[in-house]
Amino acid sequence: MDLTLFLQQLINGISLGSIYALIALGYTMVYGVLRFINFAHGDIYMLGAFFGFALAPLLAQLFPAGAGIYGAVAILLTAMALCAGMGIIIEKLAYRPLRDRPRLTVLITAIGVSLFIQNMTQYFVGAEPKGFPELIPIQAIDGLGKLTVLTSQATIIGVTLILLFLLRFIVMKTKLGMAMRALSLNPTACSLMGVNNGRVISFTFALGSALAAAAGILVAFDSPSIDPMMGNTPGIKAFVAAVLGGIGNIPGAALGGLILGITETMVVGYINPNLRDAIAFAILIVILLCRPSGLLGKVEREKV
Amino acid sequence: MKDGRIFLGLALLAAFALNALGSSFNAYYYDVCVSIGINIILAVGLNLLIGHTGQFSLGHAGFMAVGAYTSAMLTNHFLPSFLRLTGSTDSTFFSHCFFFAVLMIGGLGAGLIGLLVGIPSLRLRGDYLAIVTLGFGEIIRVLILNTDALGASRGLSVKVSSTDLFWSFGLAAVTVYVVASLVNSTYGRGFLAVRDNEIAAEAMGINSTKYKVIAFVVASFFAGIAGGLYAHHKQFLTPEGFNFFKSIDVVVMVILGGMGSTAGVILAAIILTLLPEFLRYLSHLNGLPHWAQPLLENRLILYSLILIVIMLVRPQGLFGELRWFSKLGRRKTQ
Repeated sequence: MDLTLFLQQLINGISLGSIYALIALGYTMVYGVLRFINFAHGDIYMLGAFFGFALAPLLAQLFPAGAGIYGAVAILLTAMALCAGMGIIIEKLAYRPLRDRPRLTVLITAIGVSLFIQNMTQYFVGAEPKGFPELIPIQAIDGLGKLTVLTSQATIIGVTLILLFLLRFIVMKTKLGMAMRALSLNPTACSLMGVNNGRVISFTFALGSALAAAAGILVAFDSPSIDPMMGNTPGIKAFVAAVLGGIGNIPGAALGGLILGITETMVVGYINPNLRDAIAFAILIVILLCRPSGLLGKVEREKV
Repeated sequence: MKDGRIFLGLALLAAFALNALGSSFNAYYYDVCVSIGINIILAVGLNLLIGHTGQFSLGHAGFMAVGAYTSAMLTNHFLPSFLRLTGSTDSTFFSHCFFFAVLMIGGLGAGLIGLLVGIPSLRLRGDYLAIVTLGFGEIIRVLILNTDALGASRGLSVKVSSTDLFWSFGLAAVTVYVVASLVNSTYGRGFLAVRDNEIAAEAMGINSTKYKVIAFVVASFFAGIAGGLYAHHKQFLTPEGFNFFKSIDVVVMVILGGMGSTAGVILAAIILTLLPEFLRYLSHLNGLPHWAQPLLENRLILYSLILIVIMLVRPQGLFGELRWFSKLGRRKTQ
């Protein structure tokens, strides 16, 4: 076994896995507070990339000399803010009126929302892939011997780490984070303690959507071709990552994303590239059969 | 029971009469009519799973693909030698017999795959099941895409066009009869019990996994039959024709018609087969603002709105209260 090749695949896997982790966090947080799978989450990721695509020319107008790294950061933050807003709007319009309805109803609505976002985006920007502008120069980082680490990959891993620490701070150290955790334990008791559940749910959607938007922009740095259907496959894979880590469990989502990303690149590199999209489903089926609560999740008994 | 047989006989007669008239239709209307029958089979079959048993599947197109490709391959490879074997001059009769057999094999093949998929995945709760079935549907499509014998991405052409209005509407009537009789029988109460409360049903001694698997296999079987009809109607199959959005089409029919209402789902299947055609006609009208045309041509924009609005405003579907077929298969009580 060639060690360089293995390390190379590992780095590719971690950078892919970071993206899955960022999206998976949104699934898992929403599942934690509302107990439902937000099917439209992959499309928020797509919207993030498209907001970046729309903002880049604006930035170029403001700074004709080129804004460099600050420009990239500004675009990342603006897209995250816009998607957070989208997340809140979607929750208010589509999911909030269905709060006490059966699960199937909400699931069908979520599928509808997902299709609607995709097809409206396609209506406005067209179905053909767009080239994302190169905001940070993509080149190999020197001094790593035979390993090739692109600046874009390093950016993905670095930004993901920063966001993960930020998220941990928000969830563990702030009042809103505490409310989120309380809500996922018991919504009724939580509202009796004076927590405004609706506001906490909105905040959770905003947080998850912002992370998905960041993932969308980061992916566009690395592989600069974006189209309205780009959210489908990563969306489903990130869901698998969330289930793998234990849905509802925040560190689990990050761990599941990394494991899925690394497994996928290893299978593609060593076994068969055609299996790229099948591997996630294989993992999902195995995990649901052997350990439905996921790697870090707790077993929950369903009661009548 | 008697009502059911009368319904079936009348429906088959009607299909036969319609078929006799069919030769005078122009090709476009004929095509739309056959598609209506096929969509009724798909939607009523899926309704057994979603509407009556409460299990959500997003992989219906995958099972349709299994039936379509199985029957297409059988026809392409064995029909000539079968006709030679019968040695009959009246080959229409024998080719229809062969067609029926091929449809059944396609349906059974899809049912078998449904069994293989259903046994592990139906232990899962609703939202997981949706994702797993979506995954299986995609896996079936990707497998076809990578199998050269099935034409891969080039597509597969079917040599004869055996599907006509009789087969399409006749089998739709059989589907309605079978699903309605199944659900209304004493045995079929189990499906409804599993839908309404799985844990309570288990406590009453109902083997919920068994009922879910049966519903899944029956739905897959009819999807396979519909696939076979589709293959021998369009005479050309591509893996892209059985993608996720095809599954969504069928789901929208069930949701719009009303989960659990056979009559409603039939009406929705008819409406949603005609609607894209009507929208296409509208989009070619003169004097239409330029922004409206792509909006009319993309049926998914409309379908997604249907899903959202129906769930928000009328979760029982447009025709959820229609119970035309609720007497089929029910025993007379004193």
